[in-house]
Amino acid sequence: MQSISRGDDGYSHGPGTQPGTDHLVDEHEGHPGERTYVKVAVILAVVTALEVAVYYIDALSDVLVPILAVLSIGKFVAVVGYFMHLKFDDRRFTWVFLTGLLIAASIVAALAAMFVYNDYEAFP
Amino acid sequence: MATTAHDVEHAGGIGAGTAHGHAEHPPTSTGLDHRKLLMWAFLASDCMFFASLIATYVIYRNHSQQLGLGPFPNEVLDIPYTSISAAVLLFSSLTMVLALAAIQRNDVRGLRVWLGATSVLGIIFLGGQYFEFSEFYQVEGLSLRSNMFGASFFTLTGLHGTHVAIGVIWLLSLLFVSLRGGISQKDSLNVEIAGLYWHFVDIVWIVIFTLVYLIPYDEGEVTEGAEEAMVRLWQAVPFV
Repeated sequence: MQSISRGDDGYSHGPGTQPGTDHLVDEHEGHPGERTYVKVAVILAVVTALEVAVYYIDALSDVLVPILAVLSIGKFVAVVGYFMHLKFDDRRFTWVFLTGLLIAASIVAALAAMFVYNDYEAFP
Repeated sequence: MATTAHDVEHAGGIGAGTAHGHAEHPPTSTGLDHRKLLMWAFLASDCMFFASLIATYVIYRNHSQQLGLGPFPNEVLDIPYTSISAAVLLFSSLTMVLALAAIQRNDVRGLRVWLGATSVLGIIFLGGQYFEFSEFYQVEGLSLRSNMFGASFFTLTGLHGTHVAIGVIWLLSLLFVSLRGGISQKDSLNVEIAGLYWHFVDIVWIVIFTLVYLIPYDEGEVTEGAEEAMVRLWQAVPFV
């Protein structure tokens, strides 16, 4: 858990917020620098190329969906963590976003279940 | 304790030597900037919006093949072409975060360059999507009314494209304000919030690219009587 202190001004001053500079965040406040951003972008480009390559490899067709799922989730987490700074910002931003994601996943699961488990004759 | 720019701002109030972007509102009960918190709450709600669209698409992704109602997704989707679009949007996330990094070190010129680059990449993505939609509609004969694939595909990717278009307008507005000298280091939160929205559009595309384009579709086993049932359903809709 990242530490969060509260300054005289009432703002929290965890990673990403410093008294006097507030959200003028850069690497000296725990956010990654430009070099890290470029590295993450290169990794994301490689993973995207890998996804497309895997799609064309017939030998992997049986495990294509799990492979694509893992690669996509990895890309998702990298963008949210580094480019959107959730890895470095106040944890409460993460909780807000995770709550939305959890409800979103529940919507997908509920809709899927509704169709998977319906066995009535829709068009008699 | 050394006096900080923050102290000066709160002592002087609005307009009195304001040191950063919080001059116009008081400290919050959470200690977090409410604009940033609001953006995260909005993005969380937008996750639910896209979840409903994506779930609908996934449920109906093989429906057209089962009914034997073309055009089918495996006939029309162009993976290499869309891969380039995906790479363009991914690269725009890098330029966006570089724009933020630039303004955070008070490099206004860098901000303008990277904001401009992000806008251009966004416009390229939208141009690619327009071309793809045109090809599907005019060459392949796929429309919102062709089949469930057409309806769910155009709705899902079209609404994502709308998000991209809103993002491009937002970024161009920031660029315009910057060119008029309206953005400096103290306003970096404005760029950060726009960036959060832009990156969100990118992560949604990561999911769409995998689910819509890369995961293979059924080759198509037509269900007996399904076509007649579909016609009856179509006739039952009052405005068709």
